[in-house]
Order: sequence, then structure tokens, then C-alpha cells
Amino acid sequence: MNAAAPALIAQQLCKQFRRKDEAAVQALAGISLEARHGELTALVGPDGAGKTTLMRLAAGLLRADDGSLTVLGVDVGSDPQQVQDRIGYMPQRFGLYEDLTVAENLELYADLRGVSAAERAKRYPALMEMTALGPFRTRLAGQLSGGMKQKLGLACTLVRSPELLLLDEPTVGVDPLSRRELWEIVRGLVADQGLTVLLSTAYLDEAERCSRVILLHQGKVLSQSAPPEVAGLASGRCFVATPSAQQSARALQARLLDQADIIDAVPDGGRVRFVRGTGAAAAGAIDDVLRGLAVEAVAPRFEDGFMMLLRAHANREPLQAVLVTRPIAGRPDDAVVQVQQLLKKFGAFTAVDRISFEVRRGEIFALLGPNGAGKTTTFRMLCGLLTPSAGQLRVAGADVRSAPASARSRLGYVAQKFALYGPLSVIENLEFFASAYGLRGQRRRERIAWATQQFELADQLRAMSAQLPGGYKQRLAMAAALLHEPEILFLDEPTSGADPLARRAFWRRISALADQGVTIIVTTHFMQEAEYCDRVAIMDSGQVLSQGSPAEVRQRASTLARPEPSMEDAFIAVVEQARSRANASGTAPPVAA
Amino acid sequence: MLDSLLRIVALTRKELLAVLKDRRSRLSLLIPPVVQALIFGYAATYDLNHVSYALLDQDHSAASRQLLAALDGSGVFQRVADLQRPGDIASYIDTRRALLVLQINQNFERQLLAGTGADVQLIADGRNSNTAGTAMGYVSSIVEQFNSTWGGEHGWSAAPVKVVDRAWYNPNLETRWFMIPGLIGTLTLIQTMMLTAMSVAREREQGTFDQLLVTPFRPFEIMAGKALPSMLVGTVQASGVLLVAQLWFRIPFAGSYLTLYSGLLLFLLAAVGIGLLLSAVAATMQQAMLYSMLLIMPFSLLSGLTTPLSSMPGWLQYLTAINPLRYAIDVTRRVYLEGTGLYLLISDLWPLALLAALTLWGASWMFSHRMQ
Repeated sequence: MNAAAPALIAQQLCKQFRRKDEAAVQALAGISLEARHGELTALVGPDGAGKTTLMRLAAGLLRADDGSLTVLGVDVGSDPQQVQDRIGYMPQRFGLYEDLTVAENLELYADLRGVSAAERAKRYPALMEMTALGPFRTRLAGQLSGGMKQKLGLACTLVRSPELLLLDEPTVGVDPLSRRELWEIVRGLVADQGLTVLLSTAYLDEAERCSRVILLHQGKVLSQSAPPEVAGLASGRCFVATPSAQQSARALQARLLDQADIIDAVPDGGRVRFVRGTGAAAAGAIDDVLRGLAVEAVAPRFEDGFMMLLRAHANREPLQAVLVTRPIAGRPDDAVVQVQQLLKKFGAFTAVDRISFEVRRGEIFALLGPNGAGKTTTFRMLCGLLTPSAGQLRVAGADVRSAPASARSRLGYVAQKFALYGPLSVIENLEFFASAYGLRGQRRRERIAWATQQFELADQLRAMSAQLPGGYKQRLAMAAALLHEPEILFLDEPTSGADPLARRAFWRRISALADQGVTIIVTTHFMQEAEYCDRVAIMDSGQVLSQGSPAEVRQRASTLARPEPSMEDAFIAVVEQARSRANASGTAPPVAA
Repeated sequence: MLDSLLRIVALTRKELLAVLKDRRSRLSLLIPPVVQALIFGYAATYDLNHVSYALLDQDHSAASRQLLAALDGSGVFQRVADLQRPGDIASYIDTRRALLVLQINQNFERQLLAGTGADVQLIADGRNSNTAGTAMGYVSSIVEQFNSTWGGEHGWSAAPVKVVDRAWYNPNLETRWFMIPGLIGTLTLIQTMMLTAMSVAREREQGTFDQLLVTPFRPFEIMAGKALPSMLVGTVQASGVLLVAQLWFRIPFAGSYLTLYSGLLLFLLAAVGIGLLLSAVAATMQQAMLYSMLLIMPFSLLSGLTTPLSSMPGWLQYLTAINPLRYAIDVTRRVYLEGTGLYLLISDLWPLALLAALTLWGASWMFSHRMQ
């Protein structure tokens, strides 16, 4: 193979999808791009940009309508089998057999790809060492954590040393620790083995670490260059503002975002990082918001350039701030959720180990933790879906388990996975949940109209929910959970798999709700998002390891080597410290990441 | 109370929407019972046609010809061979070329004329006992007929005791009459039970069950909301089979619709109760489907649909007491063919009611206790 020739070359590549009774969707509109040999190339872009379509075309699973696609010197359209024999492709949901063990899954994929016994003897130990799955050989794949499943999927993809590796969002739904491990594996493959990797990702910090980044948007290539070049687009426009004493970072961020000429604003370590646009007209308004605040210029990041590019091409939709129609009763500092010595055991396994915390009215509270830390179990107990083994639990002043069913109308719940009725249309789902919460007559009509308007659902009301794009589903799930105006909203990994734009829109809504007195409890794997929260709790092995405002948690994790850790640094440090303590004392079994 | 009712209605509406919105699933609920009723109506019959028989006529007399004319003229029997020697009989039976062999002895006519009575020998292939039995019965009745004609013609003073068969409620003894009313319950059971079991399992698998549990829905309301749509679908299916029986097969309906549907209602309640019980046990849709499949066979075989319960061993008969289909078939047959009133059906109705109560109670207990 000629090292100079790109491993993947697309020219004027087109792909359309036609759905019954609907206009065709142009997934790829004549894109031209390349992935260089021996390099790590990232594919980024909002949902529906065409990332997965490109991956599937490159893997020979789809046929292009027009244009050419050459992979490893072979035209994919004319000889997909040869391409498939030489590449490794890991789709978003890798086909692991949950009823087979780790070793059996690997064996199966080796059989499917015709790997000889001699090759296996060489390959297996290397893969096991690389993924650290060796000790879990005999465990069923269905019982692995999210991060381990992804690693096993990667091992299965690599079982017959491919020349090109295609990874479709390999780190979605994976906690920061496992994400870092996966990332190390992929980087090692490129650096040490000279493998060519094309990966799509929703994490812009991952894209920043690739040699080249391709930004797709609505089936077109917006940019194709090295990350520093993209970051350079925002040079001279990036600032960090410190909010005044009476103002939260979230509030300042929201005010900034509402300005017309702000490209992007995110809370960042208690301050607000923002990118100013080019227009001069609105500059005065921005200056008004910033009056009296300390503002300093900072070096641009990849994310800033990314937002510049997207904003230039996409019409900036105003980020909607949700308005509550009924004011939440009660004083703002009431403890709405009280958890004391909460314990949950499944047989001999302790999923939640005597945790205590409190959430006050109008707060955004985040539960952070690796996969399997006990976040979801805690969540399910708070919502009344699981009975605690011991301890006290009060939600909105009542014990969810013993309170009458009507008390549940004070809380809203959005599950990790889209959990509305797929065969029903958007409006049918809304109507069903309105009835479930006992909304009738005038109020019912008002609330449905409210949800339709606030969550921008009007144009797809009659569409079947299962076929909605990801971001749309997320909005519908939120709308359904807010129809009855709950006092407390539970959100389990609401932004998993969502693109950066959708995540910003989501947090804009959440901030607005909290400002109006709705208490919000959320789990997330995006540590940056913890900055939007008033307080966070880091969990692992069923215990709360660190708790407090994001600033306090970061502060506690600061060391001489790293005086100002990011939330992600702090998270990893806290979890690793706790694990090494547990290992040293031998009190708790090591937890699989 | 009103809230509770409205929630049940909402859930019922949602279930029906989910099932009936899709054209394919709509058709798969309504068409199969009707098509099955048509097919089984034709297929599941014990009435015989085209019975192949071989003849060994060693008499070749007027009397034997007259008997054979009656046999061949019945339209049921088809002569496949005229044998010459008794030694040929075995080969015809062994190779299944003939189901019956009729042997008429040399002295047949002479004995008849002498008034001593004559024997004909009938050999049947007993490997298919049902068919053979029926066929032999047919031959006997033809011989009986021949007896009386012959007796009349030859002035037998005292005709032998004439046995007159007359079957009640099904004068022509058509098995179809017996079979199709029994299908009303049988064909409905499968989908009613499975629809219920699957609808809960689907919600559990797709995570929507949690979403339902965090709303003010109470377990009882969820159960009612799951039971009603399945029962509605079951009622429509039963009506489809009922229409096939009356309009296509022209089997006269002797009873009252009110009585029939009251029985069906109890039966459907029990079927839905079993479905809910299964769904409480099953973790996935696949399990729910497997469990329902596992039950369908014993339910239909031990129901009295094809084989009479009274001929089963005693312990097995006791076992059928927990089979709702057994009572449903009895009710539908008796109401349909005999026109039996509600009062006389009590012995079927109370076990159905008990089964419904037990399964629904069990399911609701499981529902509230499965949540850990």
C-alpha cells in the first residue's frame, strides 16, 4: 500500500433516503473528502449531518447514488466484499451477543471473519491486554458495563487486524473514565500500529485530539482541516467573564446566549466562556450585559471554531427558554428531595451504599459517576420505581412508595432511552400523557398547545414518534414529562448521544425551568455540563465520594501539579483515589470501568 | 374515581391505537380467525367420503349384487378392486390400497332365501381407528338398510328389530356442526392471551413501562387498561368466527346472543388474566411469546374440541378443570346448537368466573410485588 495515498477518498458522493409518503432526505449532498493513511480522522457535526451514512457507505453496507468512494484503493461500490475483508467497522450499536461470554463473542467474530487458529493465538492475548478484559473472559456480555461493552466491541472489530478502522460514535453513553481508556486504545492503535482510523464523535474534545477533523452539516462538508486551524477561526473572539457576586454563571451564560451576536456561551469553571460574533450592530447590547464584570480574552479552542463554522452556515435558531405557566409554590430554599442513609441491595450486591444528600427547590443537581456507580438505581428509587432496602427518602415532602399515586403527578421523569410510544404520533403521545396526568378540558388544550410551542413540535405533530430524529425525540420526551408542570424533574442522561447544538438548547431550557422554581435532578457523562448545575455529587461503587457546588468539587480535587482542574479532571481524580483506597484496604472489590 | 376511569380509557385508547394504527397488525388481528374458521371448518371433519374398499364376492348372486348396489350407490364407498382369492385380502390392507375389504361368502343368497340369515365379513384397516370405525359404521347402516329392503321384498314376516339411529341437535351428524361453534373460543384464545402478555412485555422491554409507573396510574388501572383492549379485540374475533359459522357454513344458531356473549365475556376475562399473569412472569417479549405458545397446545388439546373429555383418563379430566377453553367450548356449543339458557350453563360459568378472578388477582399481586 502506498503510504502517500489517502486510505479513503470520497468524490461528489451523494446518498438519498426515501421514506414512504415523504420527501426524500438528502443525507449526503455531493461531498468530497479524504482520510489520510496512518492518521486519526474525526467526523463531527450535528445530528443528521450524514456521519453514519458516510460510515455505512465506506463499509460497503449502502450503495451511493452518485459520485465515487474509494477505500484502500478499492472502489467500494463495485467490490464491497474486498473492502469489508480489509476494514473493521464498529457501528453505534455493536452487535454483541448478550447471552455469550466475552471470550465466546470474540471467538464468534473470529469465526465469522475466518481468522486462523495460529492468528488467534497471537491476536487474543494482545486484544485482551489492550482492552483489559482478560479478567472478565467468562462474564456474559450482557452483564458488562457500557464502557466494557464498547471495548469488547472494539476487540471484536479488531480481531482480524484491519487496515482501516471505522468507528461510529464509539464513546456515546460511556463514562469519562472508560472514555479515556477507550481513547487511549484508539490512539495507541494509530501511534504504535500505524492503523488508519476514521471515527465520528459528539465530543468535541475528542475531535480536538485527532490529526484532522471533517465537519459535516446537512450532508455537506463545512470544513476539513487540522483542529488548530478550526480553532484559529475564533481567534480574538474568545473571552471569559466572571459573574458578579449576586449572579450565577448559569444566569450570565443565559443572558449572553440571548444576545444576537454571541456565537456561543458556556459556563466554565464558575465563569462564562463566550465567543463574540463579527457583527458590530449588536455589540452594544453585549457590552451592557458585561458591564462591570471582569472579562479577559482567552485562546480559542476547537469547540469555539466549530461553533463559528456552524453558526455561519446554520440559521441561528433562537434558543428557547421554557416558560412555566403556573408558579411553583413553596419557599425557594425548601429541601425538595431528602435522601438519608439510602441503601439498595440486589441479593449480595450493594448497588447503593447508604448515601445521603438534599436538593433544594429550584436547584439543578447532578449525579455523576462511572457506569455502574449506582446513579440509575438511586434515580429509580427517587422516582418510586424501586423500593429501597433501607434508609429514608422524601420527594416533594412525601415518601414516594407510600404516598398515593396522585403524588406522582408532582414529578416528571425522562428516561435514558427514548421511552414514549413509538407507533403513536407526537400528538397522540402528548394526549396520552396528558390523560395519564389527569389533565382535562381547557387546561389540557392549553398544556398541549404549550408543549407543542415551547418544544417546537408543531411541524411533526402527526409523525410517528419512532421515526423522529434523535433531537426531536428528546424534545418530545421532555414535553411529555413537563405537561403536568411537575415540581421536580428527573432526567437520566438526557444529553447522551446529542450533538453540541442540541445540548446547548437543552441546557437553555433546563436553566430557565430551574430559574422558575422547578427542581431538576440529572445524570450526565458530559463533565462540562456539570458546570450548569448548582450542586453535583460524584458517585462510585454506590457511594457518594464528593458533593458540593461544581467549584467546591473542583477545588477539593486540586493538586500542586494541577491547581485548577477541569470538572473532568476532578471527576477522574476523585474516582481513582477512592478506588485505589478501596483496593489498598481490600474492603471493596475493584469496580469494572 | 372519574380520574381513574379516564386514565383507564386513555390507556385503552392508546393500546388500541398502537395495535390498530398499523394496517398490517390490524389485518393480522382480524383476518386470521376468520380464515382459520373457514379452513378448519372444511378440514376438521370426521365425515367420510371416497372410502376405498376391495370386494371379494364369492357368491355372484342377485342378492350380493343388490347389496353392492346399495354400497356403491351410497356415494361414500369407492370400489378399488374385485378380488379373486381370500389370499389377496392381506396385500390390499397392508399397502393401504383399500381401507376396507368386504367378503361375501358363496352361500350368501342361499342362506338368505332359507331365512337363516347370512354373514358378510368386513375387514378394516385398524391402524387408523377413527376412520375405520366410522367407515364400518357406515357399512353396518347400509347392511341394515339392505336387510329391511330384502325382508320387505321377500315377505319376511317378522322383520328383525330395526335400529333407528337418530342423532339429536345435529340430525345429519355433521362433524362441522360440532366443530365450528367450538372454534369460537379456541381461535380467540390464542390472540387474546398473547396480545395481553406481549403488550406488557413490550412496554417493559422498551422502557415505557417505567414511564407509565411514574405517572399517577395505579397498578389496577394499568391492568384494566391492558385487559380491556385485548377483550375488545377478542370479542370482535369471536364475532367473526360466529359470522362464518352462520353465514358461510349455514349452521343454525339456536340460542340467545346475550347468553353467548355473557359466556364469552367471562372466558375472555380468564384469557386476559392468564395473559397478564404471563406478562408478570416474562421479562422480555420473547419469553412472553414462548410462554403463551407453551400453553396454547395443552389448552386446545385438553379442551374437548376434538376429543371428548369423558374418554380421557380420570386424572387428566381433573386437570382440564383449570382450562378456560374447556368451559368456553361447552358454552358455545350448547348455546349455539341446543339453545341452552344461562341458568343451565352455571356449571360452566362459575369455573370461568373463578379462573378469571384467580388469574387477575394473581397478576395484580405479581405486578405490585415484582417492583423491588
